[in-house]
Amino acid sequence: MSTDPANTPGPVVRPYAMTGGRTRSRYELAIEALVVTTSFGEERAIQLALEQQTIAAMCRQVRSVAEIAAGLRVPLGVARVLVGDMADEGYVRVHQQPDRDEAPDLALLERVLSGLRKL
Amino acid sequence: MDYRPSRPHTVGRQIASPAPSPVKIIIAGGFGAGKTTFVGTVSEIPPLTTEAALTSASLGIDDTSQVGAKTTTTVAMDFGRITLLDSVILYLFGTPGQDRFWFMWDELVLGAIGAIVLVDTRRLADSFPAVDYFEERDIPFLVAVNRFEGAREYRLDEVRNALDVDPRRPIIFCDARRRESVRQALVALVRHSLDVVTSEEAQRGLPRANTRVD
Ligand SMILES: Nc1nc2c(ncn2[C@@H]2O[C@H](COP(=O)(O)OP(=O)(O)OP(=O)(O)O)[C@@H](O)[C@H]2O)c(=O)[nH]1
Ligand SMILES: [Mg+2]
Repeated sequence: MSTDPANTPGPVVRPYAMTGGRTRSRYELAIEALVVTTSFGEERAIQLALEQQTIAAMCRQVRSVAEIAAGLRVPLGVARVLVGDMADEGYVRVHQQPDRDEAPDLALLERVLSGLRKL
Repeated sequence: MDYRPSRPHTVGRQIASPAPSPVKIIIAGGFGAGKTTFVGTVSEIPPLTTEAALTSASLGIDDTSQVGAKTTTTVAMDFGRITLLDSVILYLFGTPGQDRFWFMWDELVLGAIGAIVLVDTRRLADSFPAVDYFEERDIPFLVAVNRFEGAREYRLDEVRNALDVDPRRPIIFCDARRRESVRQALVALVRHSLDVVTSEEAQRGLPRANTRVD
């Protein structure tokens, strides 16, 4: 049986099993959207599914959806669904630009510029 | 689309600092032009890789000609992060090198500050597709010319002519291995984006409403 590819060691949970086969979050989470665990999320973390516990722990410090995907070693689409579900439940808060299609406004660009100048 | 969690359970945890704002810059260019190096040079975390799973349906014409087979391909993107002032977090995304994954960029470039196209002067033509892509979509970008050992020394105006980019388009030399050089390239791009946004607003004759929400 050891030659069966299904038995070869892999991730503890198959990516698409984690999200019940859904790969598209109902929310348009940007790849750079920032995720922070709420105090409610911290309280309930112990009751969450394993991968959501991992997200809750990671996002005590603000992290992007991209970082969550990389940290969990799952494709972006999977990370989006997991984060979207947690946001629905109030376990995490998500920060992103109000309009995903729009470039940052002047005020934000100015902040980026002054930040880069001081780097 | 604005995002609001359905249940605001965060009342007891007021944070004085402003809400974090994510921003991103795309690092593009041909194969081996220095994209990963560029990201790694300024990132505060070791560059990470994220994968997007794609099926052949979304790949369009598949040059491997696997007719009828629905294959899943993953596209890997490098990215890095720089925490700037005022809880502004800048992400740098290195585009996948392969041409056929451009459709990925469409999603990636949404809402970006702009792009830096890295050019290896030994293979100028490799950067044409990236230049075309950002020009066609009116995405602010600049051209950063990498000087690799053994490459003939080009002047910037020669590269500009070869790439046929607008005279107003910034074009600079950049060594992706040097932090200061990379920082300057980022500054130059953000200034260019500011110019673009400012002139767009002047054309429209009204300031863009500041609608930023968390
Ligand atoms: N001389 C010089 N060499 C560089 C520079 N940037 C990168 N290199 C070298 O070029 C090689 C390729 O750099 P990468 O950063 O891997 O290029 P890349 O664009 O990520 O490559 P792909 O992802 O394969 O398309 C490495 O050996 C780098 O050390 C540069 O600015 N100047
Ligand atoms: Mg690379």
